[in-house]
Amino acid sequence: MSSQHHLVWNGELTTRLRLIRRGMYLAAPGMLWILLFLALPSVLLIVVSMTTRGDYGQIEWVFSLDNFTRLMGYSSYGWSADYLWILFRSVWVAFWTTLVCVLLAYPLCFHIANRAPEKRYFWLTLIIIPFWTNLVIRAYAWLLVLAPQLPLAKFAAVLGIIPDGSPLYPSAFAVYLGMVATFLPFVAMPLYANVEKLDWALVEAAKDLYAGPARIFWHAIWPQTVPGLSVGITLTFIPAMGMFVVPDLLGGAKYMLVGNLIQQQFGTSRDWPFGAAVSLALMVLTLVGLHIHRTKGGEGGVA
Amino acid sequence: MSLEAYAIYKNYGEVEALHNVDLVTERGEFFTLLGPSGCGKTTLLRIIAGLELPDSGTVMLTGGNVTTLPANERNVNTVFQSYALFPHLTLFENVAFGMRSRRLTGSVVTEKVMAALAMVHMEDKKDRLPSQLSGGQKQRVALARALVNEPEVLLLDEPMSALDAKLRHAVQAELRQLQQKLGKTFILVTHDQEEALTVSDRIAVMRQGRVVQCAPARELYERPVNRYVADFLGKANIIAGRRAEGGVETELGLLRLDSPPTWEQGELAIRPENIVFHPERPAVNGLRARVSEAFYRGDRVEVWLEPGNLRMSAAPRRGIAKGDEIWIELLPSALVPLHE
Repeated sequence: MSSQHHLVWNGELTTRLRLIRRGMYLAAPGMLWILLFLALPSVLLIVVSMTTRGDYGQIEWVFSLDNFTRLMGYSSYGWSADYLWILFRSVWVAFWTTLVCVLLAYPLCFHIANRAPEKRYFWLTLIIIPFWTNLVIRAYAWLLVLAPQLPLAKFAAVLGIIPDGSPLYPSAFAVYLGMVATFLPFVAMPLYANVEKLDWALVEAAKDLYAGPARIFWHAIWPQTVPGLSVGITLTFIPAMGMFVVPDLLGGAKYMLVGNLIQQQFGTSRDWPFGAAVSLALMVLTLVGLHIHRTKGGEGGVA
Repeated sequence: MSLEAYAIYKNYGEVEALHNVDLVTERGEFFTLLGPSGCGKTTLLRIIAGLELPDSGTVMLTGGNVTTLPANERNVNTVFQSYALFPHLTLFENVAFGMRSRRLTGSVVTEKVMAALAMVHMEDKKDRLPSQLSGGQKQRVALARALVNEPEVLLLDEPMSALDAKLRHAVQAELRQLQQKLGKTFILVTHDQEEALTVSDRIAVMRQGRVVQCAPARELYERPVNRYVADFLGKANIIAGRRAEGGVETELGLLRLDSPPTWEQGELAIRPENIVFHPERPAVNGLRARVSEAFYRGDRVEVWLEPGNLRMSAAPRRGIAKGDEIWIELLPSALVPLHE
């Protein structure tokens, strides 16, 4: 009965039913998008993560939580921390990568912002060019830079860090180097957007009120750069946790991260169910990370 | 003497921001740097604040040379044009900022901050953030934040330019009263001549990096040294003439004046309010003039006169109207010979 009831909406005579139908038409494309690219894959991932690997690498629809207990380190041989260690190491590497990127991005952004306006584009281009270059090519480039014949490796050999004639990879150092180089633009560019339009009157006010360099940074610069920094941290920390090209090429088997583990399961190991379980774990870690960032980031006055 | 600056030069590339500027303020004086934008007044203020280094010259604060001392080591505080309150800190913490920088803690800080906030009538809003304040309130807090540090000299960089006209008038009066009560040296930068006249003891009028005239407010208005100052502060009639026996010979006839010019040929200035109406021919400097336009402005009538295209300010009760023929007197005490 109520659907037959006429009503005026934005100057138009219509019925409730017609309005609802129109609303659904308008929302449909977005809903379809979310359904197709978010809801469906997520459900599939969860379902697959609870299936079992068949003898020839096929998925057998036998449901259990075995993949998750395996990820926790339990197997027929007893308990091992290997997978948990990989997960922890991924978070650890992502954390340090982000921190180093942030520490490098500040001086970099202020350096660029202090150039004459026409020269800033030159410096920004220098940041953006590697960003446009294929990640695999960049990782191989680092292999060349760290090769035994080149000064970096030779210098390390002189210091006795590595034996003479060997390269600087695969190593944790090489992974960090590659990671920081990869993600620096992601922190530097949003941060630069803030630094460029920084209100310098606040810096001068802090100086005028007897503040030293640390106090000037903390009260006049930091609060103004939190929005850009927040974007940069999100853009770095989350993908850094799942990164596999850089650790694969520069870290080898010595420095496996969760991204490599997932790649291995879907690739050489042909164990899709376990791969899905690891992927799910990474997704949970990502969401937890985002949640912490959201709640902690709120203190700086950023939504 | 609280602040002295001698022979200050400052260039930005090709632009000469300050050229041989001297400035001496007395203790407890309200001093104003007045001029159009780009005249160098803000640069001079920033040099005094320590936010900018002069190319050459000396800045002295209570007798000590502070030319190269950075802002955070100078006993001078600034109220910025944008107020520059820290958006993430409460009013209390904003005002306490200077003392916290100096590592003061405890009840001394609380007492001083509350006293400073009370001085600007903001004590009940101490826990608010700057974003919750109106422009006028922000300005008060900026004032309290600077004054709480008890600076030798308080610098004000166009602090009222962001306020609307009515509020600006009220704040000008308050600022003047506050300065008189505290007996501190204030140096204000402004382009608003009315504001400068209202609050200042002395004013330095600047143009293109130079001080054109530095004098007490009243002297500056009544005895401008040249056309620039005469025009910048209020309105002025400029009359060209040649020195003659007993006065100056002009197109309006021989004009007598109390202070004879030193030049042979030059210009005289007279303010519109110093051209006065007479019912019959006045004894000196009398002129029969025709009213070419009369604009009613409420508190006065602005009258345009021929010959000489003179501007006169008359009381509305006179009932002067367009087309009238009237007798006027150019007051001899108010005719000022100009230089340059």
